[in-house]
Amino acid sequence: MKRRLLLAGSAALLAIRPAQATPVQVAALIRDLVGGAPLTQGNMKLDLPVMVENGNTVSVTVSVDAQPGAVHSLHLFAEGNPLPEVMHFSFGPRAGLPRVQTRIRLATSQTVIAIAQMRDGTFRQDSVDLLVTLAACID
Amino acid sequence: MKPVLLLLALLTAAAAPRSGYDDASPETRAMQDDDDANPGFLWVREGEAQWSKPAGPDGKSCASCHHDATISMRGVAARYPLIDTVSEQPMTLDQRIAQCREERQRADPLPPESEAALGLSAYVGLQSRGMPLHVRADSPFVAAGRRLFETRLGQLNLSCAQCHDERAGMKLGGATIPQGHPNGYPEYRLEWQAMGSLYRRLRDCMTGVRAEPFAPESLQAAELALYLAVRAEGLKVETPAVRP
Amino acid sequence: MVRVLLNAPKQVPKGQPFNVKLLISHPMESGQRRDAMGMAIPRHIINQIVCKLDEEEVFRMNLFPAIAANPFLVFSATAEQSGTLTITFTDDNGVEQTETTPVEVV
Repeated sequence: MKRRLLLAGSAALLAIRPAQATPVQVAALIRDLVGGAPLTQGNMKLDLPVMVENGNTVSVTVSVDAQPGAVHSLHLFAEGNPLPEVMHFSFGPRAGLPRVQTRIRLATSQTVIAIAQMRDGTFRQDSVDLLVTLAACID
Repeated sequence: MKPVLLLLALLTAAAAPRSGYDDASPETRAMQDDDDANPGFLWVREGEAQWSKPAGPDGKSCASCHHDATISMRGVAARYPLIDTVSEQPMTLDQRIAQCREERQRADPLPPESEAALGLSAYVGLQSRGMPLHVRADSPFVAAGRRLFETRLGQLNLSCAQCHDERAGMKLGGATIPQGHPNGYPEYRLEWQAMGSLYRRLRDCMTGVRAEPFAPESLQAAELALYLAVRAEGLKVETPAVRP
Repeated sequence: MVRVLLNAPKQVPKGQPFNVKLLISHPMESGQRRDAMGMAIPRHIINQIVCKLDEEEVFRMNLFPAIAANPFLVFSATAEQSGTLTITFTDDNGVEQTETTPVEVV
């Protein structure tokens, strides 16, 4: 009985906290963000190394081909992380170029997706498929 | 073919030490190259604050005796480990800083690997950045360190030399095996997501081969650190380096 | 107080975008890890950063556990007049910290 409870319990835990997000989950998050607005590929760039040396610290740059002030916000999602949301970044009136660089964690090889929300109500998207190599010697 | 490759690797290792910087990815190198982007500088700034922070009953700081570190500490890290004239034993820079704190400042020791200890070491190390490592190679401790480097250890029965001399430049998993030089410590490792000392790295290597690590204050740890510095002769100090 | 490195150019041309770099000393404990005893390590991250130039916002960022330890950011700002660039960040315990740097328009 106890074991069955435990099993049921762990199954429930698995259900609420999967080890990895899935493309389906990320697609749902993006649907929530974009709604019915137009979403196009390109005119923005997600810059990430395709071969990642250490998933603990991965340099990423998101930039949009647009005038300062034309971009409302940037959003970053990692399909293979336990929690797919990485950042939401909104530009204020004193923002300069629509470009931001940061460092992120990637649990495994996966697709990372960036979305730019434009002030005109449209959305743009770029994505990178990358390999996270395993460190040979770890602490 | 294989022995030829091995010989080539040995010759290359002997000819010119190659910094781990050169084996790191462009992204990791970029992190080290820009002081505003190098997370090691968070520790350096901590160390700079520690330098003039009074400690102990007399309220003395490092600066009370050594004044401006950018002048007094210039080149110091490039000469360590050295043979201490009092104990006649090899002493690392971290040990010298700890000794100074306990004997001169009469202050409580800084916990190893603490932000303050790593910070001071990084701040002192930075003052030698770009200068070639040059430690005295003529003591018997260097030979002892070399023997340790070449001694098989642990359940995996591997010596330092088997990876970092004989197989440097080859792949282990997805990673390039570096020559294993000490020219960037304390350094920021992406693996640690933090700064750490050379001792921490050596301990990780030893537990990695399933060996019991040398104790931090042991003669063996100091001899090994000394031999590593001799082996890296001429490599530029990169403190605070960034490594994967 | 955590250590922060905030680097902006001392002088900037009026109305021209300039880059600012920010490094914050923080473990960004993800809440996904376990300690040596198998116990979950509670999440402890910086979850928001807001940057202003005087009273006007430069950006507002929500951070998740996927932001690397010791968060690093390069962003772009513009200034019409000299002022103070302010970074305010908040962690999971509700602790807020502010750093400033002057920006002179030439």
